[in-house]
Amino acid sequence: MLAGDHGDGVAFAMELVVKLAEVSDAPRLIDITSAHIDGCLYHGAAGTDFVERMVNGGASVSVPTTLNVSSLDLLHPELYRGSPETAAAARRLMDLHVALGCEATWTCAPYQLAVRPSLGEQVAWGESNAIVFANSVLGARTNRYGDFADLACAITGRAPLAGLHTDAGRAATVLVKLDLDGKWFENELLYPLLGHWIGSRCGSAIPAIVGLDTRTTEDELKALGAAAASSGATAMFHAVGVTPEAGTVVQATRSQDVPELEVSESELIAIRAGFGSGEGRLGAVSVGTPHMSAAEMTRLAALTGGKQTSVPFYVNTSRSVLGSLPHEVVDRLSTFGATVVTDTCTYITPIMGEVEGTVLTNSAKWAYYAPGNLGVEVALGSLTECVSSAVAGSVELEDSFPGAP
Amino acid sequence: MTRVLVDGEASGHLLVLREPLSFWGGVDPGSGRIIDRSHHAVGESVTGKILVMPHGRGSSSSASVIAETIRIGVGAVGFILAEPDDIVVTGVFVANHLYGTSVPVIITNLPENPGRTVHLSARGARNVEGE
Repeated sequence: MLAGDHGDGVAFAMELVVKLAEVSDAPRLIDITSAHIDGCLYHGAAGTDFVERMVNGGASVSVPTTLNVSSLDLLHPELYRGSPETAAAARRLMDLHVALGCEATWTCAPYQLAVRPSLGEQVAWGESNAIVFANSVLGARTNRYGDFADLACAITGRAPLAGLHTDAGRAATVLVKLDLDGKWFENELLYPLLGHWIGSRCGSAIPAIVGLDTRTTEDELKALGAAAASSGATAMFHAVGVTPEAGTVVQATRSQDVPELEVSESELIAIRAGFGSGEGRLGAVSVGTPHMSAAEMTRLAALTGGKQTSVPFYVNTSRSVLGSLPHEVVDRLSTFGATVVTDTCTYITPIMGEVEGTVLTNSAKWAYYAPGNLGVEVALGSLTECVSSAVAGSVELEDSFPGAP
Repeated sequence: MTRVLVDGEASGHLLVLREPLSFWGGVDPGSGRIIDRSHHAVGESVTGKILVMPHGRGSSSSASVIAETIRIGVGAVGFILAEPDDIVVTGVFVANHLYGTSVPVIITNLPENPGRTVHLSARGARNVEGE
């Protein structure tokens, strides 16, 4: 491949993969079975130049490859409020990826698609929340591939054998123990708050969480991982008794002695307060970062109970999930007045417009990035609180939250 | 011990960051200015500087932003890191290939005297000259 026998595009992609192998001291390259590409979100002409070089160099992806969110909602183009020039450039970047043979999935939650990697599969995934979900919940193996690197792996079908691709690289390096009252485990905010705590405190270490309920759902683990990969560089976590490589602490740590940290209730309460108090006017609500699953969409529809939102209410999901929903669910969300956003997400592209007041979200990832990206004030609330606040037109927090006044 | 991650040559003032910086969300790709409000160097410009930091941080989109700053000509002209960083290497390596630049990335003991002008010539695995 390096010699150019497969064309200039493949040769350039292979040079990058070999460079990354050199940087990570990988002894050799391995074959991968799938890839997920984050580079289809437009950040400027450099991204387009790279993909165009691949297309013009005759390259195409050599393994099944899904695409992350882009800058545009192709199903609801009227939602985009940016400049036509940027929209055209973003669209071109999307088209170039499809020309390489990538699937037009446009979702940050490729693990919610019908086909997903299984335990032990070697893959090359981009997008921080997808990476942490693949490693932690599916037990598939990927390092944190950035823009360009994910596509280079997809084109060559290879990745450097290093880090999370190896057995030893997946061992937990810190134990996280939960010193929490039972009521926390009935509150869905436990997961984004705990994830944010882990990212802030554990950096790029691999935590093994001790004390999560064995019935913790994939959606809860999704929220945890996305939050951790935003506030920190978490690429994998274990939840003992929950995730597939952590039946016991010994299995998670691979029998190594590791330091222990303890999470306290007061720290989680402080994280929530740190995002924003929710006092004052409610400007909008945004839920579904990462993209909502079918189960979450169904639950949201049930929570709306025939009422109507009094502020803009955005629901981010994938075209795949949206297409799978029964009509009743879509109709209920429509009656409620929700704006369903697909293919992109409200924190990375101009969809919301000017917001006067706080934006309430159920996502710690959204709450982490939106103030910088959009210049908005935020507050974190459960899905139930998001719906009741939207109806009331002001932030309505439940009394059941630990630490609630 | 010094190690070259990406070959290249650069002259510029050192911009020493004690804390890692995420380029995505942390640097304006149009101007090269640091916009991360939680970073101690917010408001400084990376343009024309040899950027010294422990390692990169945060989003995998940073490789695109690094490449974009180099494309426009507002990027750092060299990187000195304390440990290997895939994202920085990827962004710089791709930009050097696409735009014919020669931005080096090396690992070495981090210099501490900001403002100093340094010439960096990095070639091959261990062959580094700095003054």
